[in-house]
Amino acid sequence: MIVLNGDAMQLPAGSSLLDALAQIGITPQSRGVAVAVDGEVVPRTHWEAYSLHDGARVEALTATQGG
Amino acid sequence: MGEDEPLLIARQPLQSRLISGTGGFASLELMAQALAASGSEIATVALRRIDPAARGSLLDVLTEAGVRLLPNTAGCHTARDAVITAKMAREAFGTDWVKLEVIGDTETLLPDAPELLRAAEELIADSFTVLPYTTDDPVLARRLEDLGCAAVMPLGSPIGSGMGIRNPYNLALIREAVRVPVILDAGIGSASDASLAMELGCDAVMVASAISRAQDPVTMALAMRHAVHAGRLAHRAGRIPRRLHAQASTPEEGLAQLG
Repeated sequence: MIVLNGDAMQLPAGSSLLDALAQIGITPQSRGVAVAVDGEVVPRTHWEAYSLHDGARVEALTATQGG
Repeated sequence: MGEDEPLLIARQPLQSRLISGTGGFASLELMAQALAASGSEIATVALRRIDPAARGSLLDVLTEAGVRLLPNTAGCHTARDAVITAKMAREAFGTDWVKLEVIGDTETLLPDAPELLRAAEELIADSFTVLPYTTDDPVLARRLEDLGCAAVMPLGSPIGSGMGIRNPYNLALIREAVRVPVILDAGIGSASDASLAMELGCDAVMVASAISRAQDPVTMALAMRHAVHAGRLAHRAGRIPRRLHAQASTPEEGLAQLG
């Protein structure tokens, strides 16, 4: 189990960050997206090779309107 | 008087001295129209969790508008959160510029000075171009400059309050205290506030809610553009000193004796 943007998510053992992000429609080609796991930024070039451990907290952010 | 020099932030020349926020607009279309009316070359954006159901791309609209993105760290209450958010903004938008906000109080949204200094130091060490949202404290502004911030962004009054510039003397002192650009941030309510900021010597003004939440945001964006320009001209022209009593501009000499 991992937590993606605050929601618990069941993933097969050995799933990568890329697999988790695919669940919300994010690919390495998505514009204006940044991802952190357990508070550390993971560059998009590393998503595929990044194995998620049980309980990993993933934050996937994008631009929103703000001052 | 010759042509005005461009504003330089981190060696980047800018013709417009009005920075626009993108928050609070009823639609992306309205935001785009207001941005165009404002003439702004820089617009702020925030980072939030991806909403798979979201419609329309803010980034596409801003790219179309041709503005430089200034990501903020709005909502961060610790140096650690602000630093991570800035790093995520750099990853997402490919810019090392950041409007650094570290909030210390949820009611007033006033900056947390110790956390702000900590975050600025860490980000500058990581090669970020840091524009910190700060209180109107000249000493803190100088500390931020000493750390290597590219500008300082003192508040006029609390974010979104529309209360204008509560302490113009401090702003004038900040302008004397630092060499980096001073960008008035937060508190602008209407065009006269933006003019006052520029008359006090600020190098630029950042406006968000005063435009986006105005009854007619596009017209208010145009008003702000003119206000910033007028205030800048007035500052360069040099205002007359304030006097308690009148001083006639019409000469006494040659006055007719009529009675």
